[in-house]
Amino acid sequence: MARMNALETGLANLGAAAIEGIGHFGRFWVFSGRALSFIPMELASVRGWRRLLPQCFQIGTRSVPVIMLTGMFIGIILIVQGYEQFDNAGLRDMLGGIVNISVASELGPVLAGVMLAGRVGGALTAELGTMNVTEQLLALRSMGADPIRFLVTPRFLACLLLTPLLTCYADLVGALGAWLVFVLYYGGESEPYWRMTRQMVEFWHLNTGLLKALWFGGTIGLVSCYKGFHCKPGAQGVGEACTQAFVVSFILILMLDFFLNVFLNGLYNLWYGFRSLI
Amino acid sequence: MDSDRSSETAADLRRPIIELRGVTKRFGRQLVLDDIDLAVERGKNTVIIGRSGTGKSVLLKHIVGLLKPDRGEVYFEGQRIDQLSERALVPIRRQISFVFQLNALFDSMTVLENVTFPMMENSDVRLDREQMIALARRCLSMVGLAGFDHKRPAELSGGEKKRVAFARAIAMDPPPKVILYDEPTAGLDPQRSDVINKLIRELQEKVHVTGIVVTHDMKLAYEVGDRILMLYNGRFIADCTPEELRQVRDPHVRRFVDGEAEPEDVVTYVA
Repeated sequence: MARMNALETGLANLGAAAIEGIGHFGRFWVFSGRALSFIPMELASVRGWRRLLPQCFQIGTRSVPVIMLTGMFIGIILIVQGYEQFDNAGLRDMLGGIVNISVASELGPVLAGVMLAGRVGGALTAELGTMNVTEQLLALRSMGADPIRFLVTPRFLACLLLTPLLTCYADLVGALGAWLVFVLYYGGESEPYWRMTRQMVEFWHLNTGLLKALWFGGTIGLVSCYKGFHCKPGAQGVGEACTQAFVVSFILILMLDFFLNVFLNGLYNLWYGFRSLI
Repeated sequence: MDSDRSSETAADLRRPIIELRGVTKRFGRQLVLDDIDLAVERGKNTVIIGRSGTGKSVLLKHIVGLLKPDRGEVYFEGQRIDQLSERALVPIRRQISFVFQLNALFDSMTVLENVTFPMMENSDVRLDREQMIALARRCLSMVGLAGFDHKRPAELSGGEKKRVAFARAIAMDPPPKVILYDEPTAGLDPQRSDVINKLIRELQEKVHVTGIVVTHDMKLAYEVGDRILMLYNGRFIADCTPEELRQVRDPHVRRFVDGEAEPEDVVTYVA
């Protein structure tokens, strides 16, 4: 009897969790749709820009130091990891090109995205979560203002626009960091490093990296704001929401990276296959 | 702040400005409001008293559409509002101000920006920017906060935040038709509470703003209330004038008014 009760309780809990998960999924898309629907109005109004620019400062300018460090160490680590193998195979001069392809198309956007999910996403969730538990979101609604338009759309736009820019910065600093270690630590020559980089890194690699960054930025913005808007009461509720925002953003960045890679590889083959025909 | 009620007919003025019919609200298994009926008279102050957690704030949130009833109907000036969308509620909400229990000041804005915010976002307001700022400053000085314009909410004490929230609720031209006060004197010293009491009374008497005040503060209830209702276990168990309340014999009402614990709530440290 006791075992039956435990089984029933377990099944009931599982069912409740599934229903809650499906509910969150649906609410997230409604929330995202509403945030996106306000973009034209926000961009067309002076007040919209007044709300957007401070977010650009918070999300973009204040993230530059951490993005610089992240980008630089990505480049440095790749050089350190790859140097011996490439040197032993007599391919030392190609290392710059290989490292910079990796940085521009994959590691730059992914690691910049993860860093921003922690720094920006956590801050957004904490800010909006605190506004939620202190009734500020209710106050906005009671004044006839839409909290999604006022709070979410500017933050989403700032994440969307600035993540690619920050990724560019991470790529640049990563390439410079890798070059410095290649030249100063391993005694490599600058000319072949940059020549191979020019030959091997195509606009395609840069663009795919930026496209990924655009998706990652939008995901971070929406997930973080959604978690802040739906956090449980109290300091613990806000803390849990911040953790969930980071974990969900991180997982979604990796999942999106997979799907975008599959899609972009297909597109690459299609485009370059077509180009070779003409 | 002049009243702008010229377009309202005599019939409109006789009709309750707010009406709740059979409103029931549950949170999970907890029944918070149980088939509540309430008709709020225009231009009067209605005070709702009751113990903590009896659903007083929940009731206020139904009036402005922040919560939807599980059952029942909510009317504002004869228009049913409990089924309206967020967008359709905007014109209703612009006629109602809300002083929140936790003040709900926007942390990222200064005091002056907080007070002007509802006017800036309300297209019905006829003032230009300078006039809005002047009105906001006047409201701040009414609550004793002249010169606090550039402070941030984080720099204010609890009582000062409460007064900024009050200034924000009244800084509107035309003034709001209804102000919902959720514990307006909580956290204030007795003298500041008295300032707020007098302001609530003045808004009602001179500007004819309808007030709905939720409070535990019996001094506030007696001073500002034209009508006092007591909420207990999701239902109103008293509905009377302040004078009548002093004579009510219901034991729950009596104990609440006199500040005595319910017998089942009494606990002793020594067994």
